[in-house]
Amino acid sequence: MSLILSNERVGKDFYLMKAVKPERTGAARMGQFYMLRAWGSCPVLSRPLSVFDERGETVSFLYKVVGRGTEIFSTLQKGDGITMLGPLGNSFPKERGSIALVGGGAGIAPLYLAAKQLRQSKTTVDIYLGFSEESFLTEEYKLVADSLVVNVGGFITDEIDPSRYEHVMTCGPEPMMRALYEKCAGKNLRASLESRMACGVGACLVCNCKTAGGNKKVCKDGPVFKGAEVFGI
Amino acid sequence: MSGVLQTEFAGVTFKNPVVLASGTCGFGREYNEIFDIERLGGISTKGLTLNPRQGNEGVRIWETDCGVMNSVGLENPGVRKFIEDELGWLNGLDVVNIVNLSGHSIEDYIEGAELLNGVKLDIVELNISCPNVRAGGMNFGVKTEVAREVVRKVRAACKHKLMVKLSPNAEDVTALARACEEEGADGISLVNTFLAMAIDIKKRSPVFENVYAGLSGPAIKPIALRMVHQAAKAVQIPVMGIGGIVSWQDAVEFIMAGAAAVQIGTGNFIDPAISLSVIDGMQGYLDSQKIGSIEEIKGCV
Repeated sequence: MSLILSNERVGKDFYLMKAVKPERTGAARMGQFYMLRAWGSCPVLSRPLSVFDERGETVSFLYKVVGRGTEIFSTLQKGDGITMLGPLGNSFPKERGSIALVGGGAGIAPLYLAAKQLRQSKTTVDIYLGFSEESFLTEEYKLVADSLVVNVGGFITDEIDPSRYEHVMTCGPEPMMRALYEKCAGKNLRASLESRMACGVGACLVCNCKTAGGNKKVCKDGPVFKGAEVFGI
Repeated sequence: MSGVLQTEFAGVTFKNPVVLASGTCGFGREYNEIFDIERLGGISTKGLTLNPRQGNEGVRIWETDCGVMNSVGLENPGVRKFIEDELGWLNGLDVVNIVNLSGHSIEDYIEGAELLNGVKLDIVELNISCPNVRAGGMNFGVKTEVAREVVRKVRAACKHKLMVKLSPNAEDVTALARACEEEGADGISLVNTFLAMAIDIKKRSPVFENVYAGLSGPAIKPIALRMVHQAAKAVQIPVMGIGGIVSWQDAVEFIMAGAAAVQIGTGNFIDPAISLSVIDGMQGYLDSQKIGSIEEIKGCV
C-alpha cells in the first residue's frame, strides 16, 4: 500500500494524483504505467494509469474520471492508501534530434515524463496538446518543452507539420492518433495505446491488439507501438 | 513450511491445495517475475488447442459488479508450440503441472491428448466448455451425454491423469460429474465461467462480438460453492474447486464443501500474489485451530 501525497482536480474531470512509490520499485521509463487500486476485491480490476511524472520517491498520475474506478480515485485524499503494481510495459524509445509529442485528452498524461526524459539527451522537444473543453497544466508542460502548442475544442493534428520533425510520438484517442499517422506518412511515429486490462503483466491476453506482426498485448508488448504496426494494417 | 497443507489429488501430491486457474496466468512466466510461483501447489496452463488460435475480436474483458466477463476465445500457441516453448520451463518448476486441453471437435481433443502422451506433465485438465463446431457451436459441456462421449474418447486416448473441468452451464452438473467418474476421469474441476451478457446501451448492441461471454469473480462464488458441494457429494473422485476465490476463507469454504484443492483465477487480477495470501492464511487457520492436515476438514460440511 502506498501513501497518497496529494490528489487535486486540475480541469473538468481531470485529476493529478501524487503518491509515494512502492518500495523496491525501479524508475519509470516514459510511457510506462502502473496498475492501481484503492479498494478491496470489488471492483475486481485494477486501473492502468500511465506515469505523468516521477521525482525521487514520488510518482504522479494525471487521469480523467471515466468510470467507476477513476471515480473512486478522484475521491482519494492526502494520507489515503493506494495499491500500485508497476512500472509496467515498454516505453517510448530514447530518440534524439527533433521530436514532436502529440497528445489528446487523457493521452497527454505520459508526454510530460516523455519530454523530461527525451530532453536529457540532445533533442528538441515540441509538445502539442489537444483539449476538448479547457486547457490545464500548460505552464507545467511549457517547462519541459522547447515549445508548446495547445488546441482547445478542435483538432490538435491540424496544428502540426510533421516534416519539421525526425520523430513523432503520440498518445490519445485512436481517431486522433490514426489521423496523425496518416499525416505523418511513413515517418517514424510511435503511438501509446490505451486498453482495458486485467492482469497488466501479459498473462491474461484481454488487452489484445491486432498488429502487422500478429496479436500483441498492449500491457506487455506495448503500450508503445510503431504507428505502422498498428495503424498501417 | 510444515506439511499440513499437503494434499493428495488423484494420486498426485500437491504441497498445498492452491493452483492458478487456466487462462488467468499464461504459463506462469509473468507471475514468476512478481513472486516465487514454486510456493504454489500447482499451475493450470492457458487452455491449449491442437492448432494455434488467434482468439476473439473486439472487447475481451468487461467489468461487472464484483465480477468480470471475458471473451478471449482461447488465444493460444497450439499444443505443439506449447511443448516446444513452454513445457520444459514448467517441468523445471517444483509445482504440479496441469495442462489444460480444449478442442472444437472430438478429433481435435483426441489428437491433442495423443500429442501430450509423449511428454512429462502431472495432470491433463480437459476443458469441455468449448463450442462444438460440428453441432452448430453447442458447448460440449452442456448436455451430459455429449460431454460423456468426449470424456470417454479422451480417456481412452490419454495416458496421463485426466481431470475434467465442468461448465456451470451444464444441464445437470451432478449428473455430469457422475458421467465423468463413470467414464474413468481421475478427478473433476469446477466451475468454469457462467455464460453471461452485457449490452452497450449507447450502441444498442452486445458488448462482446460473440454476444455472450463468461462471468467469473466474487459475484459467482456462492453458486460455484454450491455446485462444488453437490458434485463432491455425488462422486468418489477428487474435486478441485474454482469460482471467485479471493481469500483464504473462500478457499477453506470450498475445501469444507468437498474440494481437495482449489484454483484461483480472477483473483489473480485483484492481486497477482493473492494465491500466496491464500496459502499463508490457510496455514495460519489450520495452525490456530490445531488441525494437523487440511484433509481433515475436506468435505466436513
